[in-house]
Amino acid sequence: MAKRIDVKDLDIYYGSFRAVRSVSMTIQPRAVTALIGPSGCGKSTYLRALNRMHELIPSARVEGKVVMDDQDLYAPGMDPVDVRKHVGMVFQRPNPFPTMSIYDNVAAGLRLNNKRLRKSETDDVVEESLRGANLWEEVKDRLRKPGSGLSGGQQQRLCIARAIAVRPDVLLMDEPCSALDPISTHAVEDLMAQLKENYTIVIVTHNMQQAARVSNYTGFFNIAGTGQPGELVEIDETPTIFSTPTHTATEEYISGRFG
Amino acid sequence: MSTTTSPPTPTESVEPPNGTKSLVRGTLPRWASWGVLGAAAVLAALIARLLGFGVAPFVLLTAVLYAVGISGWSRWIEGGRKATDRAFTAVVTSAFLLALTPLVSVVVTVISKGLDRFDGRFFTYSMRGVVGDGGGAYHAIMGTLITSGLATLMSVPIGLATAIYLVEYGHGRLARAITFFVDVMTGIPSIVAGLFAYALFALVFGPGTVNGFAGAVALSVLMIPIVVRSSEEMLKIVPDDLREAAFALGTPKWKVVLRVVLPTAVAGISTGVTLAIARVVGETAPLLIATGATGSTNLNPFSGQMATLSVFSYYEYASPGVPIDPSLDRAWTAALTLMLIVMVLNLVARSISLLFAPKAGR
Repeated sequence: MAKRIDVKDLDIYYGSFRAVRSVSMTIQPRAVTALIGPSGCGKSTYLRALNRMHELIPSARVEGKVVMDDQDLYAPGMDPVDVRKHVGMVFQRPNPFPTMSIYDNVAAGLRLNNKRLRKSETDDVVEESLRGANLWEEVKDRLRKPGSGLSGGQQQRLCIARAIAVRPDVLLMDEPCSALDPISTHAVEDLMAQLKENYTIVIVTHNMQQAARVSNYTGFFNIAGTGQPGELVEIDETPTIFSTPTHTATEEYISGRFG
Repeated sequence: MSTTTSPPTPTESVEPPNGTKSLVRGTLPRWASWGVLGAAAVLAALIARLLGFGVAPFVLLTAVLYAVGISGWSRWIEGGRKATDRAFTAVVTSAFLLALTPLVSVVVTVISKGLDRFDGRFFTYSMRGVVGDGGGAYHAIMGTLITSGLATLMSVPIGLATAIYLVEYGHGRLARAITFFVDVMTGIPSIVAGLFAYALFALVFGPGTVNGFAGAVALSVLMIPIVVRSSEEMLKIVPDDLREAAFALGTPKWKVVLRVVLPTAVAGISTGVTLAIARVVGETAPLLIATGATGSTNLNPFSGQMATLSVFSYYEYASPGVPIDPSLDRAWTAALTLMLIVMVLNLVARSISLLFAPKAGR
């Protein structure tokens, strides 16, 4: 659990268009790494490249290395399906499976991955995951009800429970709170603080206060102009980035002078 | 909405002292529509009586007078925007009623003429050895169920698999070609499908091979494009969010399709399939050619001609027996039975979509 990821010279393309140029960074285990930057700078694209979700888009491809556990995730013969079992993802909009109950949503990862578990084992995983996502107390009496009946914040925590039920090493979060109200956001942020004890967490956010609140490391992405690839400007410990960044672009973005 | 009908107040250009225009406007009383309609009908009846019109011109005249009357009155009281609104409402409603007329007429005619022989004998007897009175359509009902059932068994797997390919896997030339040919197939006349099946069976099993299965093949040629189209639309509206969520859990693609995409779309797909069955169950021309007709009960689709409701109805009407009435009665009752089957299928489609639809219960 909780693995370190070393990214080396990662270029990400849509067809012939290079969306992200030459990103190198180390993502520390048992910590939250936040990625900030203006819209269209390739943060989400980069995040999706970390568990090979990027290549679901036709013509999208990646050059460079993403090394986890001494294994390059993009090595030939590496199965993207296996990569995604180890690197889970939570999306911007809560997306529980509408045909499944709350229980089945959490168990979906196990069942879809063909793990044959006894009923009691599945029960345990579901309870543990829902407790891990701070949702157990709210839903324990209605596990058989559809997940779509929950509030937005509860749905997002359900999606987090679903993601951690398959026991990934890394959890990627693509603006997990941007569709949520402040109270639900608070709940999810608390959850992140707990989850980082066991997981490596990477979060893309547009909310700089959120980055400052939840993350240990912050990376700033920027784009030179329309049609140019996005780049990682710098990554450092969050307090450093927010107080004494190395690059003026970072300082300007953080202080709200552009972007 | 207030229950008191205030007398119409004409639009006064009340200019408040500060120069802003008043937003308050007059409204027609709530009985305005019905009142104008009644007046239009009375006026149209008078004109029709004077000029010796029939019913159709009278109805048309009523509609025109109503549209002119209500929009004129409204323009005077309520202003231009509401008047246009009322005029268009009148036009749209008339168009709806016009479209409904043939439908209601068909339903009423079929029911009234078909009820004469809508009895137990009709559903339990075949036409074997029947001349004149009596007999039934048991053989034809069974034939219709068998041919449509076989056609469904062939069309649904092929059509659904094609739709899945087009939505989940196909990009590029092959997918575009399939889409094109599905469109072309949607437009082929049903008799061509019948001739295709007839020719196919003639080539493979020898000339003159006419049986229930050939009819089912002809029907499935008509049915596959409908199933592909409706399933494709249903699969397309499954949000990509759900596919991504499943992929992010480390799920192989075939399982994402089978366990997430299909269950989400199953309500719409089964509705589409049911409507496709309803569409082909009344086909006559291809069955006439490929399945033939017979007066006896033949439940084996692989050998011998088979009666079907639509063909039965056609023959009873086109070549009736010597006392002509029993044949005509049977033809109408067969049409009524067919209509009921289609209606039941539509009801089934609705209950299926209610049953399978993702629920948002709390």
